Amino acid sequence: MDISANLSIAIASGKGGTGKTTVALNLARVYDAPVQLLDCDVEEPNDHLFLKGGFGPEEAVGIPVPEIDPAKCRGCGECSRFCQYHAIAAIGTPPLVFAELCHGCGGCAKVCQNGAIREVDRRVGVVRTLKDGDISLIQGCLDVGVAMAPPLIRAVQSKRNGSLLTILDAPPGTSCPVVATLRRADRAILVTEPTPFGLHDLTLAVETVRALGIPFGVVINRAGIGDDRVLDFCAESGIPILAVIPEDRRIAEVCSRGELIVESLPEYRGVFRDLLEKILTPGALEPV
Amino acid sequence: MKIVFTTSGENLDAPLDPRFGRARGFLLYDTETGQYEIVDNEQNLNAAQGAGIQAAETVSRLGAGALITGHCGPKAFRALMAGGIQIYNTDVATIAAALEEFQAGRLMSANAADVEGHWA
Ligand code: SF4
Ligand code: SF4
Repeated sequence: MDISANLSIAIASGKGGTGKTTVALNLARVYDAPVQLLDCDVEEPNDHLFLKGGFGPEEAVGIPVPEIDPAKCRGCGECSRFCQYHAIAAIGTPPLVFAELCHGCGGCAKVCQNGAIREVDRRVGVVRTLKDGDISLIQGCLDVGVAMAPPLIRAVQSKRNGSLLTILDAPPGTSCPVVATLRRADRAILVTEPTPFGLHDLTLAVETVRALGIPFGVVINRAGIGDDRVLDFCAESGIPILAVIPEDRRIAEVCSRGELIVESLPEYRGVFRDLLEKILTPGALEPV
Repeated sequence: MKIVFTTSGENLDAPLDPRFGRARGFLLYDTETGQYEIVDNEQNLNAAQGAGIQAAETVSRLGAGALITGHCGPKAFRALMAGGIQIYNTDVATIAAALEEFQAGRLMSANAADVEGHWA
């Protein structure tokens, strides 16, 4: 394949269960050179289930949260007024810190005129890596009960080797974790199913990637169920359809066994190779 | 002592709002004078997170010694405790009824948050 090989491609979808992870993994597998797969779905990482090999040592990721020295605090409440996440309640002296709401922005320590705030590390999750053939998986895994995905996603992305092709398996939805993933992507593939629900979620995902100015195209998964409305929507909006994966019982079976389509059903290799070629070829995607 | 009630209404006959952080407003009642005033909580209705904490800040700023409401989540509970504010949960329909219960000593001060926070 004669194409630009150091791009980062995000695989996203408006909701979970559309085949996003399947597309990401199979795309990585059909590439015939070293490739990085970044599992950014840190709340439910599962890319490793489809790969062989064990994880190397994991690395803890933390964010800096404030700790207030009661001896220095004058109770002015500046820190609390500054924190847009309401992680500091200006009740009493010193104010009360809710570390679980803190995003680690560091702002409160800067606005405190009395030097009463120092930052301590609060663990939010781990980053771990696994190698299976040409695929290097880098995966973030949020600790149970922690709702602070974006800093962990940034930690996963900071491990990327910028000279290799990178596939980002994005979290589902359109909220902060998705935006944190897409921010560093050069291109995006939106995976959808051709159903009314699929269309609804696709519309939201399209708004997100457009707002971020990322060139993108659509993959229709399980074609044959549902109706033509996703096709019509893409045609009207000038969004290229990059691949169509049919509804096929064998695909569902392969996935449920933790296998890759391109390995167990070689007749589908072409679909994923075409998709890879399209996404990597300049000009094939919607101009933004 | 001043008591805060959660409500969407304007007077003592108004319904007691069962939610704390996302209550429409507060009625601040002064047990010494029998006077009351209404305080808005509008800004908090749509807060993505920390609504209970901010509501607790408001109650503390009003100088209240007690809060009477339906339910209060764990973070708001921690904040109210830090502010030395007593919390009373009740499911009676109106502020007047809740006040009567309180003055008759039939409300128990809560010692644990009774609902999980939305983001807990
Ligand atoms: S800004 Fe500093 S001095 Fe003021 S309340 Fe916060 S910690 Fe205390
Ligand atoms: S570091 Fe930022 S998010 Fe955390 S408490 Fe301070 S101001 Fe709030």
